Amino acid sequence: MKDKVSEIVKKYNKDKSQLVSILQDIQAEYNYLPREALNKLSKKLDIPQSQIYSMATFFRAFSLKPRGKHIINVCLGTACHVRGGELIAESLERQLNVKRGGTTADGKFTLESVNCMGCCATGPVVKIDEEYFGHMTNDKVEPMLKKY
Amino acid sequence: MSETVTLTIDGKKYTAERGRTVLQVATDNGIRIPTLCHNEAIEPYGACRLCVVEVTRGSRTRIVTSCLYPVEEGLIVQTASDRVIRNRKMLLDLLLARCSENEVIKNLAAEYGVTQPSFRQEYWEKNDCIVCGLCVRACEQVVGVSAISLVNRGISKEPAPPFLEKATDCIGCGSCYYVCPTHAIKMEDKNGVRRIHNWKVEFKLKKCSKCGIYWAPEAQLEYIRRKADLPVGFFDICPNCR
Repeated sequence: MKDKVSEIVKKYNKDKSQLVSILQDIQAEYNYLPREALNKLSKKLDIPQSQIYSMATFFRAFSLKPRGKHIINVCLGTACHVRGGELIAESLERQLNVKRGGTTADGKFTLESVNCMGCCATGPVVKIDEEYFGHMTNDKVEPMLKKY
Repeated sequence: MSETVTLTIDGKKYTAERGRTVLQVATDNGIRIPTLCHNEAIEPYGACRLCVVEVTRGSRTRIVTSCLYPVEEGLIVQTASDRVIRNRKMLLDLLLARCSENEVIKNLAAEYGVTQPSFRQEYWEKNDCIVCGLCVRACEQVVGVSAISLVNRGISKEPAPPFLEKATDCIGCGSCYYVCPTHAIKMEDKNGVRRIHNWKVEFKLKKCSKCGIYWAPEAQLEYIRRKADLPVGFFDICPNCR
């Protein structure tokens, strides 16, 4: 773990102002932000732990808990919300048997919600990893999950 | 020689150094503007917003936070216009709903005639913290330790140690406790031990080798000793005995 963090820090020339990008890279590596990695980062960049923790808890995109293999994002922004995004979210919660923010028992999926993905015209939208599923309906939830 | 500007505050003309803020100049001249998140030793932040005033520049009048607004030539400031009072009342109303049992907030609100939040009682809280970040800023800017920070965002934002556990970098100086405008930080010195409950830390206090009183946390003295490159044993006796 130490080497991975060192490598990422090196890539950014130990630039403190690149903290967000560095955290993104660490998360891409481990799927979440492991505590040991953040402690290492604090020493490497000479930034107090508290400030890294502040940053890591500020952005929704960062997770301090291990996440599933696939990240499901349901959009609950205004446009998706009025088109029934909430129903899709509930349907996903039922089918996966997890609450928002949770990870399935088999570690396959983590269900999260976001407040806009910038593709309102195709709402309600669900995103799994990097793939977008537009015009979602309850019927489409199961086949969508089956693909993974 | 520093440049000066002339401005009007509540109808009276004042000369002030360029670079000073409206709040500083008003305070210097005995005009009271209420504020909670301001401290002269710490960079202004504009969190509590109670120091709002009305400023007129040319034909435009608007509400600004005086702690962050630098004085300028010909500026007209009103610190207690109807609009300012209305704004402050609303801010205090909101603060009182959050800190419904805090004496500082209650007294300040009462000064403006706000004795009960206008929000439904089910939304009232008994929090003491207004999330002004003064403790965090003192720890960072004055102490230079940054043992705590503001974590999370939105309604769950709060000053806290990393990982919401014991603040491992804390030296127990108590600066956060002294600057907190609403006494939200609970600190006690008892039987030679200092506890700061909010950050889940405790520190052994140093006993003066002459008079025997406990006078400061050992960790803090060690921090100062190292920083100032003082000899070991420099802090064995308290300032009173030195």
